[in-house]
Amino acid sequence: MRAFSYDRASAVADAAGAEARLIAGGTNLLDLMKLEVELPTRLLDINHVGLDQITEVEGGLRLGALLRNADCAADQRVRRDYPLLARAILAGASPQLRNRATTGGNLCQRTRCGYFMRLGTRCNKREPGSGCDAIDGSNREHAIFGVSPACIATYPGDMAVALAALDASVEITGSRGGRSIPLRGFHRLPGDDPSRDNVLEPGEIITSVTLPPPVGGRQVYRKVRDRASFAFALVSVAAIIDIQSGRISRADLAFGGVAHKPWHDPEVEQALLGEVPSPVLFARAADLLVAKAKGQGENDFKIPLLRRSLIAVLAEATGV
Amino acid sequence: MPPTPPARFKVNGTPVQYGGDPRRSLLDFLRDELSLYGTKKGCDHGQCGACTVIVDGRRINSCLTLAVMQDGCQITTVEGLGSDDDLSPLQRAFIAHDGFQCGYCTPGQICSASAMIAELAEGWPSHVSDDLLSVLPTDEELRERMSGNLCRCGAYSNIIAAIRDVMPVAG
Ligand SMILES: Cc1cc2nc3c(=O)[nH]c(=O)nc-3n(C[C@H](O)[C@H](O)[C@H](O)COP(=O)(O)OP(=O)(O)OC[C@H]3O[C@@H](n4cnc5c(N)ncnc54)[C@H](O)[C@@H]3O)c2cc1C
Ligand code: SF4
Ligand code: FES
Ligand code: FES
Repeated sequence: MRAFSYDRASAVADAAGAEARLIAGGTNLLDLMKLEVELPTRLLDINHVGLDQITEVEGGLRLGALLRNADCAADQRVRRDYPLLARAILAGASPQLRNRATTGGNLCQRTRCGYFMRLGTRCNKREPGSGCDAIDGSNREHAIFGVSPACIATYPGDMAVALAALDASVEITGSRGGRSIPLRGFHRLPGDDPSRDNVLEPGEIITSVTLPPPVGGRQVYRKVRDRASFAFALVSVAAIIDIQSGRISRADLAFGGVAHKPWHDPEVEQALLGEVPSPVLFARAADLLVAKAKGQGENDFKIPLLRRSLIAVLAEATGV
Repeated sequence: MPPTPPARFKVNGTPVQYGGDPRRSLLDFLRDELSLYGTKKGCDHGQCGACTVIVDGRRINSCLTLAVMQDGCQITTVEGLGSDDDLSPLQRAFIAHDGFQCGYCTPGQICSASAMIAELAEGWPSHVSDDLLSVLPTDEELRERMSGNLCRCGAYSNIIAAIRDVMPVAG
């Protein structure tokens, strides 16, 4: 690991505008610093700024940026009113990691692309302009939506996929004040600048994530992976489905492991709304979703896998 | 480089202080500076659980946190759970059930399991819980909850049997 200076922030004001890399749980940043993929020269420890609680706001819940993933999933209100979020968190990482991982750090975790994590390879995300070894290489884990000629990596996390389906918002503070943005707009597509994973500007700190008032419905998080536990998603589906008078009245969907951000496709939701649930309808929605997908070779299997996963989730959530 | 603000914390009840090179992981600090060799380094990347210790009552991977980040924390390692002549019930159960072969993963398994039992007692749900609001301690639950601890010797079923032995409620 390269040398760096270390300091502790005692309030958000110390961190907003700081010319230092923030460290929260450290479970992603230290991993990548050991690999020398991340090379911060200054670390600012934000574990003492507070923001580690859940507070009730405007009918919803505000999750502090330093709230541990384990505490979030164990919270009675989250389990009762946002089971999708609890399920997504519990499907990720290991109990030890979830005890450290934070709301803010989880959103900012970097891709698991094997080339990104291995020095000596060409990677536009790690070293802009060097190329992308994944495009003609080992890309089984890579994206099927929203790729660019510069990068085909995925955002690997689970929690944010649930937050995208829930249409949560992210609160951010910088040296010039605060802003709130929809979570669906927090992560970026790679475009011609894959070095940027999300829209955070230098000096900005995430202070919280806000959940809208509970929406009810049937909430399902399905994660498909290579082993039953402690593995990243190949694909995942987050769904909130409600039915009124025999017709689908709510269809909030998001997909993980398939793009550089939690994937959200309003057209698929529209195709379900107002319809009577049936296997034919589910297949139509899933076909619509994957019509825009493009495989990279080794990850072609993700297209039928995602299609079948959505159909299975819709069947489970509607009981059809 | 500006000086590193020292961290004052407790390891197995003993006050310690660290203000050296901030690169030192908690794992390396425990082994190299405190000579607490129970805590093991398997992967050094959060993937195996051999380095599991208990910080403020919660199990974590000591390889993915820095010694300087422990300011104000209470840390328990396997040495703090029992000693050679006073083994904890969980340690005795691991022996009784052959919960290990080479023993390399064992301190991590034991720290992880003792904190896991407390999480279950608090009613924390897991990925395999049918009902998030009411959790039953089935073997499937125990296996999922111990999935952050790998065992290359494959002692998994005996590890679960040992844990089951000391659990307050039978599943
Ligand atoms: C073996 C292993 C398996 C895993 N499996 C999964 C999995 O299956 N699913 C899954 O979702 N995740 C998984 N993870 C990833 C894990 O969830 C993340 O490492 C964790 O959520 C990161 O949170 P942290 O608080 O530790 O972040 P840190 O490592 O502290 O920080 C990560 C990044 O976020 C930035 N940051 C942190 N807090 C803030 C803030 N408040 N404002 C702005 N920037 C901030 C940091 O500067 C850094 O760039 C796994 C990790 C490991 C090591
Ligand atoms: S896919 Fe993206 S992260 Fe992976 S090698 Fe290519 S540029 Fe780097
Ligand atoms: S050594 Fe820490 S998890 Fe493997
Ligand atoms: S007993 Fe050998 S690794 Fe578990």
